[in-house]
Amino acid sequence: MTENAAGRAREMVEATYRSESRRVLATLIRLLGDFDLAEDALHDAFAAALEKWPKDGVPVKPRAWLVSAGRFKAIDTLRRRARYDASLETLALQLEADSRYVEPRESEGVEDDRLRLIFTCCHPALPPEARVALTLREVCGLTTEEIARAFLTAPPTLAQRIVRAKAKIKEARIPYQVPSRADLPDRLETVLQVVYLVFNEGYSASSGATLTRADLSGEAIRLGRLLLELLPEPEVSGLLALMLLHESRRVARTSPSGELILLDDQDRTLWNRGQIEEGLALVERALSSRRFGPYTLQAAIAAEHAKAQNGAATDWARIVGLYDLLVQANPSPVVELNRAVAVAMRDGPSAGLVLIDAILTRGDLDAYHLAHSARADLCRRLGKTVEARVSYQRALDLTQQETERRFLERRLAELPD
Amino acid sequence: MRYMLLIYFDEQDLSETERQECYVDSVQLARELNSSGRYLAANPLHPVSTATSVRVREGKRLVTDGPFAETREQLGGYFLIDAKDLDEAIGTAAKIPMVHKGTVEIRPVVEIPGLPTG
Repeated sequence: MTENAAGRAREMVEATYRSESRRVLATLIRLLGDFDLAEDALHDAFAAALEKWPKDGVPVKPRAWLVSAGRFKAIDTLRRRARYDASLETLALQLEADSRYVEPRESEGVEDDRLRLIFTCCHPALPPEARVALTLREVCGLTTEEIARAFLTAPPTLAQRIVRAKAKIKEARIPYQVPSRADLPDRLETVLQVVYLVFNEGYSASSGATLTRADLSGEAIRLGRLLLELLPEPEVSGLLALMLLHESRRVARTSPSGELILLDDQDRTLWNRGQIEEGLALVERALSSRRFGPYTLQAAIAAEHAKAQNGAATDWARIVGLYDLLVQANPSPVVELNRAVAVAMRDGPSAGLVLIDAILTRGDLDAYHLAHSARADLCRRLGKTVEARVSYQRALDLTQQETERRFLERRLAELPD
Repeated sequence: MRYMLLIYFDEQDLSETERQECYVDSVQLARELNSSGRYLAANPLHPVSTATSVRVREGKRLVTDGPFAETREQLGGYFLIDAKDLDEAIGTAAKIPMVHKGTVEIRPVVEIPGLPTG
């Protein structure tokens, strides 16, 4: 092989790693039944490709080649370890027997493996923060350091979370499978929660100096697309639409100096039309299924904002109607708060204030800064300056997020004496 | 793979009729499990008022009245089952009568060599 061709083969290995490594890993986990063994096998397989492909040429079916190489590397590893633990020899023999009968197939089952991996990483028997970490690590291929940085966690803490989750998968035998039809709605909900959590952490970071961490949101949208491709359920469309519609406003949401800009004051020409178009189409698709849930309803609300030319042209009556449905589908004080704000836009600030005060009196949202800042805003519009000041101050005391703090301080300063 | 299903509930919150119904339904579940070879053992336990806790420290035996920990819900019974994986164990746990009032904790069993069988 010429020097040139060898170079191309090396580039091909790198390109294959970027596009196929998560698929190969998912299949190896199924074949080997062990996350760590599969990860080692994956790296060994790519190391072998770097050595062989420049010499022998790129195989016709690179993915099948990698799966097969990974499996044989894993058998070697088990054989080596069997010198210390005899039970591993049996496992190695089983794997070897398997590989004689089951030739890795190129297309069949590969996508199922990725879906299996998602459901295993998001299993409800794992603690929520471990589901997020494991999904980003195994499905998205982020490094432990990257995930730790994104969630402002010390890398050793995060690494330990992943180690514990993998140990539980192994010891409690959390299965590597797509749940049965009967369990699917509940289990899908857990998966969607993980994806949305990753998105939200990227979109409105819960603490820290900047408002968004774009990489995480991008990762969540990629996950959403993958999930929709593998499991075209209405709520998956709804969630992807919701994320795209929020993401479309990212640039308009903060000023060049990093200040928060509210929806009403945003420059709508900065909204990403491509993401809006895609989001709107997905919302329509989900709504027409008549099997939609809370994500689709939230996306439909975001779609109303996306469709409006400006704040005044927003169809608040329809938004309140969608919130009514959302309160039924997913009753929560935060949804009620958002509904109250929409009612204030439809019927005037005093109508909204009555609703917010009722929610706050119940005590559910007393520690939620957005409830107090929403109340403050309505008081301000009604000319109740003293009450507005108290509520802005309460909101300020409750948030750690720098950009939001600066926003609230600005609002406080703008109040007339 | 063997799983221990530990059944916790508030003993005070169970009438005699409910207890009897629970026994009948649990026996039914045990028979179902047995017919597919997944039943290993199951029993309700007498209330924690009958519990005795034992510790040996520095060679000295300490026997006290009452359960290991005073909690709002108490360990009231168990199923020991065979299941292919955690999802199957969760499926069985969801069929235990007391799951509607209390909580079933699923613990995978460590297999150690040398234990007598049967």
